[in-house]
Parts: sequence; C-alpha cells; structure tokens
Amino acid sequence: MRKLLAILGAVFCLAAASDPSERLGDPGQEARARAIFRDVRCLVCQNESIDDSQAELAGDLRKLVRDEIKAGRTDAQVRAYLVSRYGEFVLLTPAFSWGNAVLWGAPLAVVLVGVGLLAASLRKRAPDALLSADDDERLARLAKEDAG
Amino acid sequence: MIVEFGAFALVLALGFSVGQAILSGLGRWRRSAILAGAGEGAALAAFLGVAMAFFALMHAFIGSDFSVANVAANSHSEKPLLYRVAGTWGSHEGSMLLWCLALTGFGASVAGLGRGLPKGLKALAVMTQGLLGVVFLAYTVFASNPFVRLIDIPVEGRSLNPLLQDPALAVHPPFLYAGYVGLSVVFSFAVAALIEGRVDAAWARWVRPWALAAWSLLTIGIMLGSFWAYYELGWGGWWFWDPVENASFMPWLIAAALLHSAIVTEKRGALAGWTVFLALSAFTFSMLGAFLVRSGVLTSVHAFAVDPTRGVLLLMILGLTAGAGFALFAWRAPSLAPGGLFAPISRESALVLNNILLAAATMTVLLGTLYPLMREAATGEAISVGPPYFNLTFVPLLGALMLLLPMGPLLAWKRGDAKAVVQRLAFAAVLALGVGALVFALVQPSKAFASAGVAMGVWLILGAVAELFERTRAFRVSAGESWRRLTGLPRGAFGMTLAHMGLGVFVLGACFETGWKVEAAETLPVGGMLKVGAYELTLAEVRGADGPNYDAERATIHAVKAGREVCTPTPERRFYPAGGQTTSEVFICTEGLSHLYVVLGERRGVVGGPPVWLVRGYWNPLALLIFLGPVIMALGGALSLSDRRLRLGVGRRSEKPA
Repeated sequence: MRKLLAILGAVFCLAAASDPSERLGDPGQEARARAIFRDVRCLVCQNESIDDSQAELAGDLRKLVRDEIKAGRTDAQVRAYLVSRYGEFVLLTPAFSWGNAVLWGAPLAVVLVGVGLLAASLRKRAPDALLSADDDERLARLAKEDAG
Repeated sequence: MIVEFGAFALVLALGFSVGQAILSGLGRWRRSAILAGAGEGAALAAFLGVAMAFFALMHAFIGSDFSVANVAANSHSEKPLLYRVAGTWGSHEGSMLLWCLALTGFGASVAGLGRGLPKGLKALAVMTQGLLGVVFLAYTVFASNPFVRLIDIPVEGRSLNPLLQDPALAVHPPFLYAGYVGLSVVFSFAVAALIEGRVDAAWARWVRPWALAAWSLLTIGIMLGSFWAYYELGWGGWWFWDPVENASFMPWLIAAALLHSAIVTEKRGALAGWTVFLALSAFTFSMLGAFLVRSGVLTSVHAFAVDPTRGVLLLMILGLTAGAGFALFAWRAPSLAPGGLFAPISRESALVLNNILLAAATMTVLLGTLYPLMREAATGEAISVGPPYFNLTFVPLLGALMLLLPMGPLLAWKRGDAKAVVQRLAFAAVLALGVGALVFALVQPSKAFASAGVAMGVWLILGAVAELFERTRAFRVSAGESWRRLTGLPRGAFGMTLAHMGLGVFVLGACFETGWKVEAAETLPVGGMLKVGAYELTLAEVRGADGPNYDAERATIHAVKAGREVCTPTPERRFYPAGGQTTSEVFICTEGLSHLYVVLGERRGVVGGPPVWLVRGYWNPLALLIFLGPVIMALGGALSLSDRRLRLGVGRRSEKPA
C-alpha cells in the first residue's frame, strides 16, 4: 500500500491531453504538441506531465504550448519559452549542463570504472596461471556437477 | 482488550529481539550452543509476539474498532471485509508493523531452518537479525505505534478512499514487504561472514536461496503495483518512473545483481568482496525505499503522508544500520581471500559485466530519484528528472545487458569459447533479427526502436531456449538421450531459463505496447462512434448504476471489429459524495494477449442539447505480456528455490567443499 494518499491528485489526472475540445486542427502540429506535453511537468501535481494531468494549470500550459505551436514556433523555441517562464523545473528532461554533469555522467562512469577494473584484474593475472593442475581438476569436477 | 494485548505483545517482541541479539552474540563469543540456542528461541518468540500484535491490529480493523486512532484514520465500517483486512497494512504505522512481522519472520526462519549452517555464522546472523529487529521494533513501538487509543471515539472511520479498494493493491504490500525485508537476511549473513572473516563458496550457497526468495517476492510485488496503476489510474500507463516505484525497483535491481554475483562466488570462489558488498547494499536500498516513501522528501502520487520527524528517525536508522554494515565491510573486506582466475571470455566475465551494467542501471534510478533533491539543496535550483532521463540512460544500459544475456549461460567457466557460443546462438540471432525486420516492415506505422525492442525480446526468449538445447544436446544426440538429459537437469537450470524467458516476454510486451498503442478520445452522444485502431466503439446507453456508497453512471458500449461484436465494455464513472471524489472504473477487454481499454469520462454538452460523454479508448497491443513476463520471472525464481531448498535441506551436501 505504498501507492497511498495524495491519490486525489491521480483522480483528477486522467490523460487529459487527448480531450477533443482542446485539440489542434492540424494533426502534425497536434502530434508535436503531444510530444512536448510529455516533457512538461504539471507544476501543481505530484509528479506528472501535463499530458496526463487534468489539473487546471496543466490545461493552461497545454493551451500555451498549442498556441505557441500554432503561431509557428519550433519545438526548441516552445521549450525555451517555457523554461524562461517557469524555470528548468518545468521540463522533465534535465538539461545537458555542467550543473547536471553528475546526473548524466555517473552511470557511464560506473560502467567505465567497472570495465576498467575488470580489465585490470584480467591483465594482472598471467595467462599460464589459468591452467594449473588443481584448477583443471576443479573444472572437471564442476563440469560433472553441472551435467548431473 | 485485544488491542492492549497487541500493544503488549509488540513491546514483548521488542524485548525478545534485544534478548535475541544479546544471547546470540554471547553464544558466538563464548562458543556456547546453549546461549546460541536461547538466541534462536528468542528469535522465534519475537516473531510470535509481532504476529500476535499484527493479528490484534487486524482484529481491530475487521471489527472497525474506532477507538484505535489508526483504525479511525484509515478505515470505515462500510468497507468490504477484504479492504478492512488490507487496512491493517494500509497506513504508515500498520505497514511498519508488517515490516516488523516480515523482519522477525525471516529472523525466525534463519533460526529454525538454517540447520546445516556453521554454528558461529548462524549465531552471528541471528544476532544481526535481532539487532535489526530491535531498531525497527523500537521505531514502531515508540514513534509509530499503531495501537494508540483515542479519547474521543469517533462514530465512523475517516478513510474510504475508493481508489485503494482494489484487490491488487490490497495484496501487493505483503509481497513487496516480504521482498524488501527478505533482503535483511542477506544483510545479516553478510555481516556475519564479515565478522567471521570468511566468505566462501558455502556462504554464497547459503545466501542465494534467501536472495532468490526476496527477489521473487519483490518481482511479484512490483508487478502487482504496476498492474494496479495500469487499470486503476485510467490512462493505460504502467510505469511512471515515479519515486515510489523507483524505491522498490532499486532493491530489485541490486538483488538481481546479487543473485548473479553469488553464483560466481559459489561456483568459483571469486568476487567474494563484491558479493558481500551487494548483500549489504540490497537491504540498504530496501531501507532507503522505506525512508523515501515515508519522509515526505519526494513528490509522488504514491507517498505516505507522514510528519518529517518520523522521516528523520528513519533516516537515522538507515544511516546507522547501513553505516555499521559498510564500516564493517571497509574494515574486514581486505582480508577476504581473492578468488579463482578466469580469462576475459568466460562465464565469470559475463557475470561481472552483468553486475557492472546492473549497478550502473541502479545508479541511474538512484540519481534520477535523488538528484533533484541534491541539486536543490546544493544550489537552490529546482530541476525535474522525468521519464525522458530514464529512457536515455536506463534503457541503453538494460539494452546492452540484454544483448549480452543469452551468451553468459553458454560460456564455460574460467575460459569460454566465443566462437562456439556465436555458433550456438546464430539461429536465435537470425530469427530475432528476422522477427524484428518483419515487425518493422508489417506493423504500421514503422518504428525502428520499438521493432528493435521486439527483436530483443525474441532474442532473450530464444537465447534461453538455446541454452536449454545446449544442455540437453538437442538435435545432436537422439531424442531419447535429450529427454533423459532434460529430465535430469536440476530445477535451478529450468528456473534460470524461465526467469530469462520471462524477461524476454516482458521486453517483447513492453516494447510492442509502448510502440504501437493507439489512443482515441471523443465526446459521444448515445449512438455515437469512436474508432480505436481496428475497433469501432459505439456508445449504446448510459445509465445510473449507484453503489452502496457512490453514485455512478455506467456506459454500455459495443466494441465491433470487422463487423463482429467482440466485447461489450461497461466502464463506469463513480462519484463518492463522502470524500467528494470521482473515479473511473476502466473496462478492459482482453483480446488474445492485447487489451482494449475503455474509459468513461465526464458528461458534457450544451444546455438544451443532447448530453454527450467523453469516451476514451486505448488499444494496448500485447499489454498482457508486460505483466505475464514478471510472473514467469518470479516462477523461475520459485522453481530454483525449490531446488535450492532441497539442496539446503540435505545438510551433508552443503558441507562438501565446492
């Protein structure tokens, strides 16, 4: 029952963006708007994009995005406009900036360090050490165990 | 009276846990079987105490005893029995009691089942489990006591949240908690081994069943939570990278890494330090999850609303427990013996790669969850980390992992033959690529990433089959000989095959559903039609369908495909006057492995005109596989477990040097 309280938020957030009364006439523009919605946080909801949220503010933001797109702005311009109005918080994709270097870099660093350590430990060991009689015997025993 | 009895039993259990820790510790130190035995008895008694407390609370919930603050705040006399029972663990206090029940339950299991264990190791594991019990029971008794009485007894309980009255949601916490807390045993074994200074193949073999059980339970718990979100929240999503979901996903990933590294430690004596590190990390992530959900530091649709002081206490427990564990690790790990040697191309290397990728994947989930907090604390700037971040980091890591996965089990220990593995998997690779290309060509609109994902799913499934073929030498020896080999395989082998296949089934479903789900919404008058993919939904009628505690409108919709009615969805929109909440009762038609998902929205329309309703339809192709995959994975875990338990039960075999 982790998914408890504050579910009120969820009740009012039922995939609002597909509402026909809000839709743009041009399907291409509408598709672009929907793609942007998925990347824009509903600022008053708990943790949802404006694509999902039925909160009033999410509706306002959707209208804002649709109006901008209708006025011929590019996706990048719309995003920049949203950030200038509401700050970086509004975008669900964190920016590729130095401030977020740890966020974007750490997973890659884990992989690189891990592979580096593996490679180093493999190189440190002389290859001829691999086939000692003792190891061979263990290998045979393990193979037998595995097959059984 | 029963409530006071429960409160007393809980305090008694705390006392027994203190006794368990002291007696077991003394038992190890003095090498006294009597003291150690007394510690085991105390572990059992602590479990019985918590169990009594738990059932006393459940009794109060079933009987709607609103003199208990917890019951008054979290239950209602009109709730059906199942949800009154589930209310026991529905609140913060009750769920902590469930946590303690699982914790002492696992402690008692170690005491009762671990007969083949060396006495010193066992006493230390029981001691550590007792210490964990003391910490969490003390927190429950003094800071989150579910048995507190009210002076002004209310006539009726306060909570009847309709969204939470759901079977999947009612049963998923016990699975999740058993999984979370099952990892405490692994933690205790790690601490015990570090104190003893011995991490060997036998240790890994004792730890694996516990890790496997916890992982399987977590798999089911996470799947049930996801399934609940899928059909209850009403927009067809099943995973939101929500902090609370992430909190349960991190221990799962670490447990998965642990399962694999423990194999290396068991079979080859290598990676001992890393396996112990993972064993400590797994329960640390469990505790982190418990803290995140309760502290109020994260914004989530799922979080418990709890005052910050309790969060701080939980953070202190987390810091103390994990800190002690890792300090012990830093002190003792250098003395662990280095393991066996292996070549770059070997099963060991493959499993190390598995661990690196799983660790990096865990890192993305951890950072994605906590980085906004860290950044805001450091610079005051608020940022959001949403699904796009995970798609760009987590997904490629898992992609790499799954690309390598089928090769691992086919590689020999110590020194593998890459060429032979490529030959054995060529068939699976060609078929997977073929299916991917076919999907790309035939399924409209063409989507490269989703097609690649489908190919990946097929690759995993066929890779698992190829491994089974290899073990049985299918098509290379006679059918009878293959059959003999197949029936002779240990259950653990089938367990692994099933678990890997389950992952493939999940990936297949998840990629197909995400790539080709169809969404449509329209305001319809009675008789109006909405097209959802190949289906035509006609709104036949909307009628009042009031329930015991809600008003509702129920639509009857005819879903027609190619001129034939395949299903009659009857979605509802309910209004609960007590809480002023509106909910959607989604209707899901299962067509083969796919879902037609129908939602009735609000009534609209101009004054004087005919009423219209907002109707949403989703075509979620292969959506069933998303939930079936984890079930298969958990079944694989259970199958392996039945094998392991047999091996553990025969104490003599586990004493044999590996």
